[in-house]
Amino acid sequence: MSSVVAKVKQKQIAQLIANGKRLDGREIYEHREIQLEVGVIEKAEGSARVRLGKTEVLVGIKIEVGTPFPDTPEEGVLTVNAELVPLASPSFEPGPPDENSIELARIVDRGIRESKAIPVEELSLESGKNVIIVFVDLYVLNHDGNLIDASAIAATAALLNTKMPNYAVEEGEIKKKSGYVQLPIKNHPIAITFAKIDGKMIADPLLEEEQVMDSRLTMTFDKDGNICAIQKGGTGYFTLKEIVEAAKIGQEKSAELRKHVVKE
Amino acid sequence: MPVFFEKREIVTPGDLLAEGDYIAGENTYKEGDKLYATRLGLVDFADKKVIVVALKAFYVPAVGDTVIGKVVEITIAGWLVDIKAAQPAMLRASDVFERSFRPQRNELPSVFDIGDLLIAKIIAYDRTRDPQLTVREPGLGKITRGQIVEITPTKIPRVIGKKGSMINMIKEQTGCHIVLGQNGVILISGKTTENEQLAMMAIRKIDEESHIGGLTDRINELMKDYKRK
Amino acid sequence: MPGKTQDKLIDKEGKRVDGRALDELRPIKIEVGVLSNADGSAYIEQGKCKILAAVYGPREAHPKHLALPDRALLQCRYHMAPFSVDERKSPAPSRREVEISKVIREALEPAIFLEYYPRTSIDLFIEVLQADGGTRCAGITVAALALADAGIPMRDLVAACAAGKADGKLALDLSDAEDKLGQADIPVALMPTSDAVTLLQMDGILNLEEFEQTVNLALTGCKQIYKLQKETLKAKYVALKEEKEE
Repeated sequence: MSSVVAKVKQKQIAQLIANGKRLDGREIYEHREIQLEVGVIEKAEGSARVRLGKTEVLVGIKIEVGTPFPDTPEEGVLTVNAELVPLASPSFEPGPPDENSIELARIVDRGIRESKAIPVEELSLESGKNVIIVFVDLYVLNHDGNLIDASAIAATAALLNTKMPNYAVEEGEIKKKSGYVQLPIKNHPIAITFAKIDGKMIADPLLEEEQVMDSRLTMTFDKDGNICAIQKGGTGYFTLKEIVEAAKIGQEKSAELRKHVVKE
Repeated sequence: MPVFFEKREIVTPGDLLAEGDYIAGENTYKEGDKLYATRLGLVDFADKKVIVVALKAFYVPAVGDTVIGKVVEITIAGWLVDIKAAQPAMLRASDVFERSFRPQRNELPSVFDIGDLLIAKIIAYDRTRDPQLTVREPGLGKITRGQIVEITPTKIPRVIGKKGSMINMIKEQTGCHIVLGQNGVILISGKTTENEQLAMMAIRKIDEESHIGGLTDRINELMKDYKRK
Repeated sequence: MPGKTQDKLIDKEGKRVDGRALDELRPIKIEVGVLSNADGSAYIEQGKCKILAAVYGPREAHPKHLALPDRALLQCRYHMAPFSVDERKSPAPSRREVEISKVIREALEPAIFLEYYPRTSIDLFIEVLQADGGTRCAGITVAALALADAGIPMRDLVAACAAGKADGKLALDLSDAEDKLGQADIPVALMPTSDAVTLLQMDGILNLEEFEQTVNLALTGCKQIYKLQKETLKAKYVALKEEKEE
């Protein structure tokens, strides 16, 4: 999975960070430039494309009508899937989702679900029979590090962009009436990912930084600054102090990044 | 400079054994000034050195070790032998045949076949390749009779005892010929099956109770009791 | 308020449905060396959870091309038995099991001296025989013991425990009901000797203050479980020793 990074480069990265700087000149906790476009795929009910530095993720939202889960007959369904598309990186191979792809999808899913961004109780058409199903597909097009933050922000933007058909139940049948309805969105989860290299924390790791990092810590924040999802990844560890510090900084940064998605 | 345990106390991975100017012996590691155990076992101190005699550990090959293994595969190059290590060991055909003689593939089984037990010595092993064996020395080669007992490899020194006291006592009491493989595999061959069984029982007891003091006497008593019956 | 009437999880005196206090662990029973074929094994019962862990290795890596030149590979499979939950679960690995297998592996790797055994594989199997919340934590707790039982050298044991928020109160070691109906759940794994957190996840919603309190609560749980792990490892040998020295 990880390609070998030259020892000289590893040293360089660690040294730069010790002096408060990154490979690409950024500050320790600075995210790369974000470019966000919505509505890029007209056939999808909602879509967004994010470029976080050179990392590029496209998110498409498809809406369908289907049966609810038996234990929540009055709720719509959210399902998130991620594709690490082979063209995005020499290390991505075609095939069923591997553990990285599954983890990515589940982290983004958690952020949306736990922040209750989609009010699923408003998405029932016929209790127990027909509800709205929201498919969120994360399509990674170029991997230059930090797929999580890029995917999460693109997903939130795509959801805000989603218009669905105006479904109505008439005479026991689901009909599409004229016009479109905005998918109700009540929250805007934003993920902030930190990486730990040689004992020092940075935010928004580049691919090369990810390849030498000890571990990563992702925290997802809702629009009120509450934490709604956390995932530690990688084979290293964090101290309690680092975790608490990351939460504070992450909260500030998530508010900054949210401005790309929600105009104030 | 403190130590935190007494000799022969049972310690677990991560236990802080000592702090200060100590040397980390087997089954321990040092971080800064602090010395910790890496395995479950009995801690021991000898001058500045701290070691843990592991209660359970698997065999790691070392050049010069005598081992007992089982032939599990035959290739063009020779025999693959299971010596109960993480990697299989290789006994090259050239070790057995003269250099100018190029054996046919189907001649190898007639020397050692799959399932045969061998006593061999490790002649090469490093981090980049699997262990290499030889059967050239006297006392090495195929095992044709006797019984096999497998114990935790770290207990082999206990089976030997101080200056051979334990192993010699077992040999005397049972009249058996005993070969100790460093990989925890032991060959016992005696005049009668009963003698062999007695020796096996004694060795198994050592494996189970090696962490308790007074072992030599207990084993001695045990064997005497058994023979009386 | 619409919706089903919810039985209170925690009553006015801070007592939970199963009689526990807010900072109390479920009853735990652990055994080591329970399977004869595996190189190391352990079994845990925590509340209604029943989990078995087994280790094979270090052994040859299969497939060979996965082997690493400078260290052992740690492979981990967390799997739930079909009868382990209320509604039968298909035996095929679910996405949740794949994710949990990954985070468990990442929680244990920092503790193992993998660099001692290059080109080999250490295979860890965690089977959930009965689930009632907190299975990934109990799984880590019992896996660490299986690794120690296999004689695999470790920097420290790894102890795991979750804490969360149920009925608006911060509570330790949530049961399945408390997790499902509660507001947040934070599983944590800790190497106590170096205060290193090797697993940290969260779902739910907490503000920063609650988050810090909950993590701290989980860490106290981890430390209690660590003590139990050590006692269990020693137990077999201590008992034998006492018997013989009489």
